[in-house]
Amino acid sequence: MSEPRLLCGEYFMSGDDACAEAAICAGCRFFAGYPITPATEIAERMAARLPEVGGIYIQMEDELASMNAVLGASWAGRRAMTATSGPGFSLMMENLGLGIMTETPCVLVNVQRGGPSTGLPTLVGQGDVMQARWGSHGCYEIIALCPSSPQELFDLTIRAFNLAEEFRTPVLVMTDAEVGHMTEKVVIPPPEQIPIYPRRKPTVGPDAYKPFEVGDDLVPAMVNAGEGYRIHITGLTHDERGYPMVDAVTQQRMITRLVEKIRRNRHRMIDVEEQDLDDAEVVVVTYGISARTSYWPIEQARREGIKVGMLRLITLWPFPEERVRAIAERVRAFVVVEINLGQMVYEVERCAAGKAAVYLAGHAGGDLHDPHDILALIRRAAGR
Amino acid sequence: MIETAPQELATQESHPMDAVLRQDRLPHIWCPGCGLGTALTCFASALVKSGLDLDKVVVVSGIGCTGRVAGYVRLDSFHTTHGRAIPFATGLKLGNPELKVVVFSGDGDLAGIGGNHLIHAARRNVDMTVICVNNFNYGMTGGQLAPTTPLHARTTTSPRGNQEHPFNLPYLAAGSGAVYVARWTVLHVRRLEKAIGEALAKRGFSFVEVISPCPTLYGRMNKLREGLEHLRYYRERSRIIHGADPRDVDIELGGDIIVGKFVDIEKPVWGAEG
Repeated sequence: MSEPRLLCGEYFMSGDDACAEAAICAGCRFFAGYPITPATEIAERMAARLPEVGGIYIQMEDELASMNAVLGASWAGRRAMTATSGPGFSLMMENLGLGIMTETPCVLVNVQRGGPSTGLPTLVGQGDVMQARWGSHGCYEIIALCPSSPQELFDLTIRAFNLAEEFRTPVLVMTDAEVGHMTEKVVIPPPEQIPIYPRRKPTVGPDAYKPFEVGDDLVPAMVNAGEGYRIHITGLTHDERGYPMVDAVTQQRMITRLVEKIRRNRHRMIDVEEQDLDDAEVVVVTYGISARTSYWPIEQARREGIKVGMLRLITLWPFPEERVRAIAERVRAFVVVEINLGQMVYEVERCAAGKAAVYLAGHAGGDLHDPHDILALIRRAAGR
Repeated sequence: MIETAPQELATQESHPMDAVLRQDRLPHIWCPGCGLGTALTCFASALVKSGLDLDKVVVVSGIGCTGRVAGYVRLDSFHTTHGRAIPFATGLKLGNPELKVVVFSGDGDLAGIGGNHLIHAARRNVDMTVICVNNFNYGMTGGQLAPTTPLHARTTTSPRGNQEHPFNLPYLAAGSGAVYVARWTVLHVRRLEKAIGEALAKRGFSFVEVISPCPTLYGRMNKLREGLEHLRYYRERSRIIHGADPRDVDIELGGDIIVGKFVDIEKPVWGAEG
């Protein structure tokens, strides 16, 4: 073991590598994956690093298997993750649903590329953000985080593991090919500065324990396989005992709780960055790498006397609905910058509710926006 | 026949399988004449006799009639998505090597939608036991064509007779690298129990195929309308050939069913040389 356990210090590091190191810092000790550009470097780093910290790396036969192995490992007591991109993300959707239904903590990183289908394997896209929200069948809520830099990918990966344990749910890290392959300064803090949210363990023994009984925050305590509790866990609609109950009454109770678990606790998940909003008449709403393309046009528009600010979504889901509604009350327009032809713009429109105009600066993917295009749209939104 | 008085039944406090079955989940959903109850009983008996710490035994099922097994065992048990029991079980086993992981599922689940996982887990020699109940069709959805349906057999989606060649599951498992491969019918209860016991004791990827009647669906379409007819067929046409070459154990419609232990070899398991 030549390398230290955690590589604390300052590095010039790619986003993908930072993601892997963050997972290790967050206590991740199981990774199952399948090679796919531009997420492969996360798997490669985990394959090299996990054995050094007592973790398990396994390359599965496909992304269906990867997602399931991650769920199994989580029930074995490990903090577990996988990383993929568009096509693999699609294959993971069914079993992301199993993770949501069985309330299994785990982290799924999507280094987005241009789609649909094989699309642009090596080039950037942000076209999976609605799939992140709705990609698995049925009714559910999800937590999805979105970083703009390798450092933030590091920070949000740690946060994803903690949210997964705190709310017993899979958490998505929706990064992209630019952030994943970009190399920048990344600071890995010492272990005592890294918060770890431990698994919620029951306070009662096997006789009194019900796997899906909840308190006020709607999150049940979790036991691992092999701890003597003899649990039954199913993807079928189930009652507090975990037993299948295929009827409308149980469905209503269970699915409402799963959805409310996220909705009611949303303030502990939602994070945004705000810039110059106090006097803004135009607000650029953006996320991930697109936020960085938006800084220059915002600065330029300010020089031209346009009062423009930025709302950067760090949490994509749950959507910061109340914040957007409040801003819509007092601004002229929103400009949504995203590398797709309109996804989060629908959420902004919904929350703007006709009180502010909404413009889309879309892009089909493969490249970042031309900042001049964003500037032109800011001018139009400001009535110039 | 031993007769039990009704009051005696009512006061009976325990059942020999109480340790391994969830009494509060019974009766099960399986049809009269189905072989799944027998297969489960053989597994339960093998488990009790194995001496394994039952708190460390985990059963993982997929979807289908056999997939319901996970709900009836009083063990840590996971009822996963269709075809994905094996990769879920892989995560459990690698995540905690102390666990004894058993996948108990059907032919459609394991060899159809989950076929890729079956061959890869066998190739890796992940330490787990797979019990595959083969009833030659998709029972839960009403008797459709399976990858195990014999050539010319009728199902609801092969009403003129199956035109596809079926998988020979022991050959598939052996060819993919399984270290233990056996096949028995649910008529062979003692041999099946023993085979499951051996598979549980085996280190590495062990595979037991259990040939089982589906009188309600597969049987109805193929002139075996009663469970008893299936068992009579198994008695008349099963041939025990231990050590048979797995290539030679295909199942043809109306033909012999070769049963026995076909593979029992040693090979390093996944992670053992890591």
